[in-house]
Amino acid sequence: MPQIGSFTLLLALALSVYSLVAGIIAIERRNEVLGETARRAGIAVFVAVTSAAVALVVSAFRNDFSLAYILHHSNRDLPAPYKFAVLWSGQEGSLLFWSWLLATYGLVLRVRHKVDTRLVAQASVILSAIQVFFLALVNFAAHPFALVAGTIPPDGNGLNPLLQYPEMVIHPPMLYLGYVGMAVPFAFALAALIMRYPGEKWIHITRRWTMVGWAFLSCGIFLGAHWAYSVLGWGGYWGWDPVENASLLPWLTGTAFLHSVMMQEKRGMMKMWNMWLIFITFLLSIFGTFLTRSGIVSSVHAFAQSGIGPWFTTFMALIGATCIFFFVKNRDHLQSEHKLESLVSRESSFLFNNVLFLVSAFAVLWGTLFPILSEAVQGTKITVGPPFFNKVNVPIAMVLLFLTAVGPLLAWRKTSVDSLKKNFLVPSITSLFVLIVLTVEMKPWLDVANFYSVVAITLATLVAATIASEFYRGGRVISRKDGSNVLMGMVTLTRRNTRRYGGYVVHMGVVFCILGFAGIAFNQDTEKEMGYGDTMQLGRYTLVCKSYSQDSNPNFDSETAMIDVLRNGTFVETMYPARRVYKASQQPATIVANRSTMREDLYLVYTGVNPDTGRPIIKAHLNPLVWWIWAGAHILLIGTIIALFPNMQSATKLLSAKERAKSIAEVEKSGSVVGAGD
Amino acid sequence: MFRLKRRFVQIAVIAIVAFAMLGAQTDQRARYTKLGHALMCECGCGQILLECNHVGCTVSDKMAKQLRSMLDRGDTDDQIKNAFVQEYGVVVLAAPTNKGFDRVAWIMPFVVFALGILAVVYVVRTWKSRQAVAAVIADAAPAEMDAMKRRAREETEV
Repeated sequence: MPQIGSFTLLLALALSVYSLVAGIIAIERRNEVLGETARRAGIAVFVAVTSAAVALVVSAFRNDFSLAYILHHSNRDLPAPYKFAVLWSGQEGSLLFWSWLLATYGLVLRVRHKVDTRLVAQASVILSAIQVFFLALVNFAAHPFALVAGTIPPDGNGLNPLLQYPEMVIHPPMLYLGYVGMAVPFAFALAALIMRYPGEKWIHITRRWTMVGWAFLSCGIFLGAHWAYSVLGWGGYWGWDPVENASLLPWLTGTAFLHSVMMQEKRGMMKMWNMWLIFITFLLSIFGTFLTRSGIVSSVHAFAQSGIGPWFTTFMALIGATCIFFFVKNRDHLQSEHKLESLVSRESSFLFNNVLFLVSAFAVLWGTLFPILSEAVQGTKITVGPPFFNKVNVPIAMVLLFLTAVGPLLAWRKTSVDSLKKNFLVPSITSLFVLIVLTVEMKPWLDVANFYSVVAITLATLVAATIASEFYRGGRVISRKDGSNVLMGMVTLTRRNTRRYGGYVVHMGVVFCILGFAGIAFNQDTEKEMGYGDTMQLGRYTLVCKSYSQDSNPNFDSETAMIDVLRNGTFVETMYPARRVYKASQQPATIVANRSTMREDLYLVYTGVNPDTGRPIIKAHLNPLVWWIWAGAHILLIGTIIALFPNMQSATKLLSAKERAKSIAEVEKSGSVVGAGD
Repeated sequence: MFRLKRRFVQIAVIAIVAFAMLGAQTDQRARYTKLGHALMCECGCGQILLECNHVGCTVSDKMAKQLRSMLDRGDTDDQIKNAFVQEYGVVVLAAPTNKGFDRVAWIMPFVVFALGILAVVYVVRTWKSRQAVAAVIADAAPAEMDAMKRRAREETEV
């Protein structure tokens, strides 16, 4: 297997170089035959990299400890599903995985080349250039098939215990699919700029690919948060760790792009801005990969410090220089076709939205890198942790939430005062009512967390109410026309403009998440050493220790506590928080017991054993509304999938001119901006 | 009218003072939680002191005990933070301080935010002024105006 892996990696590199060079020559000389060979070489790269990845996984299953990578990241008793996870659990394997995902995206792009042969050929060359970098890295700097020097040990060091969790088999691939996915819109955008591509077709293609990457990135981020919550045992889901921040950065700029791209499609505006948003999103994806691997910041996620940092900095500098060069050369091609007419318009709301997303991204990047800057300036490294990120980002998030409520109800070009009144009256009254109730109940003046919770829930209500009114008004117009009920009208409405209404569903997912985040203000926790029959009180729950036991299997030793949970004195269920010590790595890990409901999570952690008494120490957290975060994540993904579907043919296209005018008049009369664009 | 205004001011002052007093009612437990989240665990995990998830972490246990004893002794928040900084170095603080170069960390995001908003306002105003010129030209060309209206209808169709 090592020989097959090494050979196929070299072959893949050679094919990528060919695809790059032949592709460039073919475009320059307009040689279609040579271009076709470049395309096919790109497809062959997928076959070669797949073979290398399969070779590594097979080596893990065969317990081939002659490979240093397998020795350090696997062991004989590792359960089979985690043998797959070995592929991305270490530096070398994860870079191979990056290459494989890029080759897979490249395959899809090259197979679908008839979408636009010239544009795809140019984009394919750019993807090949990125592929050359990653394959050079795995061939020369971080070889996954490097052999162990000297005697081969009988067993491996095992997989990091924190990674031995079902979600961990999905989380990194999702995140990587997001990171790597951003390479495709980057390739299309740069290709369009280089070619001075006429029209907006490239932006349609780019937007769709960005949505795919964004969806995977969102999925990866939420899975990571859920994994942290379920495995790490500190009762939280987001710690503002540098590597977490690295995944958030391209997500923020990608989200900004997905909003501002509508201005380009609808109004021919913001072309330069959009181009740079795509460039920056891709650069931040690479930066995230670099941050995890270079060891420049300390993080619980980071791989061991290695010498691949300079490779990444050189690559990022090259990408930046290329982007700047072609932008300066062809920027006249990116002039806006229209200008803004009013401050109270969809366009200006997108502008503010973009600024806020970028400021948020800047704040995250700034906080992540500030320790390095501080060390360079003052000579001492400082910590920039959650208090900084929360203080800076929460206010920005609140303003963004306000824009999420207001923006979709503003019309393109200009919004009249009458329209504003009609659209915002009901949502404003609803949210005002919620604000009054919350102010009385939560006393926001007592604590800043309470204050933010009140503001967040009020704004979330405003967003939910505006979305609901949008669906209702649009659904009602269609139901009157079709003779169906309002609910069916809403479904038809969504199918006719999947992007707009899918987007609203995404916003609703965000509302759910915000509600979940707002629950932080009411978190409670307590800790106690618990012997047989001991009790602990937390909120309305009484925890009774029924028993504690020890167990062993080939992979780990475990200690488990058996805790009966009583709510207001009534038995609810028995929970089993545990602690494991993995035999191969001799590393301990907590197995959290979590009882999750819509109202709150009861979260028990077996923190250790008192060495004097031998009794377990149990930490209990009561985290309100966490369920809503995971529900919001599901809704967000459903919304993205809806938005990715093509529109059903618009009914108005089938109507006569008279009927069409009547339909528009009805919509205008209802005061809605239904279908006013996306 | 003047008496009514004076009464309103009196009520407002009382309300503000009451809010401030309510805000001051922080008990020992709340201070422990607040300070425990403003300090980092120094075991190398890179996590907040009260959120260190290391099984049997002796460092976070020791630090939490230190924090409790300082609170019991009646130390102020600043005294506690200074004591931790003296023992563990400045990295023990979970966020930059508001002194010296650290201040730059706090200021920069808000500077960028302000610049961003100013830039948007500038862009919007410039675009609007250009648009006004374009509108005059459009008025002089009814055929173009009709085309624009048609496009507007298309863009706002259901």
